[in-house]
Amino acid sequence: MPERIADDGVPKTSAEKAGVAAVAAEIVAKAIDEEEIDVPSTGQEKPTQGIFVATEATHRKERTERIARRLLLFGTLILVLPLLAIILNLVTKALPILSLDFIWKNPGSDMVSGGIWAPLIGTIYIVFFSLLIAAPVGIMAGIYLNEYAPNNWFTRIVSLGVVNLAGVPSIVHGLFGFGALVLFAGLGKSVLAASITIAIMTMPVLITSTREALAAVPMSFRQACWNMGATRWQTIRSVVLPNSVSGILTGVILEVSRAAGETAPILFTGAAYYFAVPDNGLAKIFPYAPDEQCMALSYHLYTLSKQVSNVPPELKYGTAVVLIGLVLAVNSVSIAARVYLRSRKKW
Amino acid sequence: MSNTTSTAVAKVSFRNVNVSYGNEIALRDVNLAIRRNTIFGVIGPANAGKTTFLKCINRTIDFVPKVKVAGEVCVEDVDVSTMRDVYNLRRRIGMVFPLPVGLPLSIYDNVAYAPRMAGSRDKHALDELVERCLRQAALWDEVKDRMKQLGTKLSGGQQQRLTIARALSHEPEILCLDEFSIAVDPVTTMKIEDVLVELRESMTIILVTNLVQQARRLADDVAFFNKSELVEINSTDVVFGENPANRLTYDYVRGHFG
Repeated sequence: MPERIADDGVPKTSAEKAGVAAVAAEIVAKAIDEEEIDVPSTGQEKPTQGIFVATEATHRKERTERIARRLLLFGTLILVLPLLAIILNLVTKALPILSLDFIWKNPGSDMVSGGIWAPLIGTIYIVFFSLLIAAPVGIMAGIYLNEYAPNNWFTRIVSLGVVNLAGVPSIVHGLFGFGALVLFAGLGKSVLAASITIAIMTMPVLITSTREALAAVPMSFRQACWNMGATRWQTIRSVVLPNSVSGILTGVILEVSRAAGETAPILFTGAAYYFAVPDNGLAKIFPYAPDEQCMALSYHLYTLSKQVSNVPPELKYGTAVVLIGLVLAVNSVSIAARVYLRSRKKW
Repeated sequence: MSNTTSTAVAKVSFRNVNVSYGNEIALRDVNLAIRRNTIFGVIGPANAGKTTFLKCINRTIDFVPKVKVAGEVCVEDVDVSTMRDVYNLRRRIGMVFPLPVGLPLSIYDNVAYAPRMAGSRDKHALDELVERCLRQAALWDEVKDRMKQLGTKLSGGQQQRLTIARALSHEPEILCLDEFSIAVDPVTTMKIEDVLVELRESMTIILVTNLVQQARRLADDVAFFNKSELVEINSTDVVFGENPANRLTYDYVRGHFG
């Protein structure tokens, strides 16, 4: 057999599987040549005798099967086509302006020229700081709720709160951030206030994804550890976390893409209409103090589209493409990580 | 309900133990004593409370929601519910459950898990311990060349022996086996049974089994549970003889039960 087969004999990669399938097909083909085995025909010629006659019921079943298949395929296409259309439309219209220069340059102060560096780095800032807050808190809460929390009224109320918080519209988070952080806590409109607002918004989903990742680790592993005298924390650290880290990370990364795209929560809490960053040196990459406002891609796109006249269309489309590109890139990282980690699944 | 205990302190004793899960009674007024360095067989149909009985001893019953335990479960005459260091108690008791659970770690790490969690770091001592436990569980020869491989990738029977090796790794005083032979082939079962007889020299073994003949082969004393109650506890000869104390026992061990 030319293909490499894993030592336990089970093909691991799709290439190996294809190899095995090819070999199997070959064997069957040989067997047919030599032994003249009757192969069930594939429908061209209908057998007319005995149990092989297709009854009316069989035909009905096949018809239903065909219809169901086509309907479901139709649903899938409806889902994918708009997405492809949007991306195609955006990219073709943005093509004249898309370049490294466009990404690397500050927007012009008249808002109708220049690049998008300031909003891009601002979005990265907000996402980074929000993650710095949301990820530890969300993961810790998720671990507590899934591994420690007794099933009592308190836990149930917290779980209910988490679910409902995830359903709160983002504009409400924005207004809450404005009232609680910008005004009451005195943070002012700033990177910090915006990041905390985004963190509060993303935390419930992080908690839920962490819980799901942990719940996917079989209970029997925990019991085995407890029976050997391991404490709950030892069990979590040695067996539960190492086997759920892929799921937890996926949740975190997906939250990044969500945080990058949100406009409403930062509208009142930190997004600046125009705030160019220094054009050279380290200050270009680390331009903001936490108490300063910053530009953000999503808000910048909104300003370009609605609040400034005479913006060249390719500038808007270029901004949109970069924003979507950022989100898609982050999502692909998440998918790649998941595929990789799933291939190393340990049970 | 007499017991043949002659030594001063029984290894494990139950005094008026009642266990319920919510409204469902799992054990009703159980009294028994298990002699040290014997094999104690526990037989009985499904839902008789056998597994609950085991869980009471190492207090993993605490993890069951809505559980209520009344009465005293004693190990070496100390009530387990009063023990502060329950993790130490669990290390003194090895547990093997019906379905094998290989932890998603390497074979070596599976066996070294409990000692490590207890704070053992000496590589050399761990190596020796792992080898000894795997030999005792009749698994060493099959895995000695692939200790780095995942324990979860072993076959069912091998995983069960791995579980037994793991249960031995914390050098327990009591070894509890809950129908360990379900996922193991007959030849390996025999090998493990031989090991159990050897281990009896150094520990007390509690063997829950659905194979009454296994209890007959191995056990010194046998307890028969039915419908959450301890029907009879007696020496193996009596339980399997012509005159066990209870008619139900006679019927059960002869297979015309119910």
